[in-house]
Amino acid sequence: MSATTPPLLTVNGLTKRFGGLVAVKDIGFRIRPGEILGLIGPNGSGKSTVMKLVMGIEKPNAGTIELDGTDIAGWPTHRIARHGVGIVFQHSRPLHRQTVLENIKLALLPDSLFKLAAEPHVEKRARAIAERVGLADVIDRRPATLPFADLRRLEMAKALARNPKVVLVDEPFAGLTAAEVATFSALIDGFRNEGRAVLLVDHNVKSVAALVDRVLAMYLGEHIAEGSADEVMSNETVRRVYIGGAIETHPRKDLDQRGGESLLDVRDLEVFYGKAQALQKVSIHVRAGEFVSVVGLNGAGKTTLFNAISGLVPYTGEIRWDGAALAGRTPASIARGGIVQCPETRELFGTMSVRENLDLGGQHLPPAERDRQLAWLLELFPILKARAGQAAGTLSGGEQQMLAIARALMMQPRLLILDEPTLGLAPVILEQLSKALARLRETTPITVLLGEQNVTFALPHADRVYVVEHARVVWEGDPGRFAAEMGTGYL
Amino acid sequence: MLRSPLFWLLVPTLLLGATAPWWLGAYYLGIFTTAYYFGVFSMSWDLLFGYAGEVNFGPTFLIGLGAYGAGLLNNAGWPIPLCLAGGSIIAVIGGVALALPALRLRGPYFGLITLVAVLLLIDCIVIFAGVTGGEIGMMVPDVLSISATVNYWYAFGFLVVCGTILFILSRSSLGLILQATGQDRIEAAALGFNVTKHKLAAFCISALFSGLAGGMLVFYQGTASVDTVVDLSITVQIIIAVVFGGRRTILGGVLGSIFLILFDELLRPLGQLNTFVVSGIALLVVLLLPDGVLGYVLRPRASR
Ligand SMILES: Nc1ncnc2c1ncn2[C@@H]1O[C@H](COP(=O)(O)OP(=O)(O)OP(=O)(O)O)[C@@H](O)[C@H]1O
Ligand SMILES: [Mg+2]
Repeated sequence: MSATTPPLLTVNGLTKRFGGLVAVKDIGFRIRPGEILGLIGPNGSGKSTVMKLVMGIEKPNAGTIELDGTDIAGWPTHRIARHGVGIVFQHSRPLHRQTVLENIKLALLPDSLFKLAAEPHVEKRARAIAERVGLADVIDRRPATLPFADLRRLEMAKALARNPKVVLVDEPFAGLTAAEVATFSALIDGFRNEGRAVLLVDHNVKSVAALVDRVLAMYLGEHIAEGSADEVMSNETVRRVYIGGAIETHPRKDLDQRGGESLLDVRDLEVFYGKAQALQKVSIHVRAGEFVSVVGLNGAGKTTLFNAISGLVPYTGEIRWDGAALAGRTPASIARGGIVQCPETRELFGTMSVRENLDLGGQHLPPAERDRQLAWLLELFPILKARAGQAAGTLSGGEQQMLAIARALMMQPRLLILDEPTLGLAPVILEQLSKALARLRETTPITVLLGEQNVTFALPHADRVYVVEHARVVWEGDPGRFAAEMGTGYL
Repeated sequence: MLRSPLFWLLVPTLLLGATAPWWLGAYYLGIFTTAYYFGVFSMSWDLLFGYAGEVNFGPTFLIGLGAYGAGLLNNAGWPIPLCLAGGSIIAVIGGVALALPALRLRGPYFGLITLVAVLLLIDCIVIFAGVTGGEIGMMVPDVLSISATVNYWYAFGFLVVCGTILFILSRSSLGLILQATGQDRIEAAALGFNVTKHKLAAFCISALFSGLAGGMLVFYQGTASVDTVVDLSITVQIIIAVVFGGRRTILGGVLGSIFLILFDELLRPLGQLNTFVVSGIALLVVLLLPDGVLGYVLRPRASR
């Protein structure tokens, strides 16, 4: 598209306050048809809020949002949607009782009380869209049985079905493997070729840079930089508040302490979901004080393994903790025994405040101990201190992730299981988290089991690495050998 | 269609229902007649709860408006068909007046408001005892018929018609949109659906059928009283019937209503104990089959 084409979406002076917090402050941008604008910024900087304002899910306090010349600011969401704006939410929101096909069909229906039977072309279009995003094989399944990436595909499918002029895509790459990111990039690139205007948010800086025409960077709700991807990424402020430094390896000085007794010993673990085998003769062990990473692509079986250890799914085989079998114990009793899982799905208490969530985590600790732990965690994640009174459900995606990790740490676990902790975190937070884990490892006797598909995060801390593929452990070794022996496909 | 278990359940059931007057005595026909009207109450409630995701604690507000509306009009000299139409229009108007403010509220407040509406209606009936008959109830001059068989036919035909309409609605595009608004209203809105409009429509449909069935029940029984059409215990029965039969199945409510009312009669010799036993059985079924009886039968095999 030429630079003279009038913009499809023009946003001016957009501002949103939540109580005393200014989440979005005087933000403006324009997107022309066939253009992709990247929106980057640290966790909680207001990116999702901008999208919600454009979509009408939140009402702006000030500012205009012009779509094709009409000011849609403050309109109800469904009218904005009908006017040609579609959104891919940061967290997938499928209808769980409906099949994939029904979910897509729904997006194709008119907003009418009297069209009882869908028009015949709806079914055909729904199938065509499923085909395009790569859902054709799972079209009759229900969302709960789908792997993470397919849920994201379903979100893309629904947005496509609405045939929007403007598409808001919130963190499409989070939690995806390199290959999946490439597929999604191609899909988004397809939006451009169809002449849609795209607003793209993601923390995968490289993929965003490769895709977008321009980038806008935000920090604490404010505009801090704008321009080509290269310009913005090399901007001084953006580097400082968002990108941060590289994640460093933290080699252990006291390697000799290893080789002791296993704290956790998993033998020949098998798990079935219906007919599908999710884990096949999986054996791993973790010694006291060790940091073990389990690396694997989406759907490989990492989460199932952790859920079995936490007593959340039935299994055959043996799991021994501190010398005793865990079989038959309830999840609560396992957690009291010192195994704390910080699940991929976070499981926060959405209507309770940040502080209450943390207090719940530390309720078994003596008060003095609890205060010390809390102070340490708030220093680790300063944003949680600033948000202490806010309901957990209204936190930004990355803030929720930090809260979930902090709450798990409040419980002072002997074994901390972190399932995809990097999901949705800004690069600079990854760096902080990485340092925090290194410090944790050095200053406390904690044992950590980390599940990741992001190896750049999983390797630097690990004493030992397992690779899970297709329900099986296919490799075990120390991180130094990983690059040479397993590198392709993960790095 | 031939492969759906629902089809194979429905055909013999309908045959049994349609031939009942030839092999059932008047006493049992009477029980089924009442049960069929309750079946319509339950189906209407399931459309709101199972599809639109709103827990309405005030189905008897709608039923009561339809019943008393029809009764009052009949006392004013209107013929039965017009009374039924008038009663259901009153129910829909009352329903809209209730739903418009209530639907603005989220979470448990919708349910609470509907509950309060029932209590208000009971108060009104007692206060205006002069026209409504107060706690004693209100006689109506006309009845549908004095023959148990004819009354049975009316109820059966009414159930089949209402059931067909509500079932088709639930499986239509509207049903799908309603399910979306019930599960995730932000998502539904982002897909371009006016959530309030659709929920209001569901409420109106529910009110229409509840009010109509309330009116029919009055002209079957010859009286309208708080105990038979407004009392909160009726709400409880409707809810149990739907959960027992299977929420989100529409037809399950009919199954549940027949079970509750039939067993309540059959176990009458037990005296005080009978409600206890019936509730106990219902509770057991709900615990063992959380999707209800029909929900269990219709659930896709793979996910079992
Ligand atoms: N309903 C709400 N009430 C109070 N505060 C809110 C609400 N919604 C969002 N916030 C706050 O506004 C800020 C911006 O949130 P937003 O979700 O836009 O961040 P984000 O840039 O998308 O971050 P992330 O990258 O972590 O997803 C956050 O600090 C968040 O806690
Ligand atoms: Mg966000």
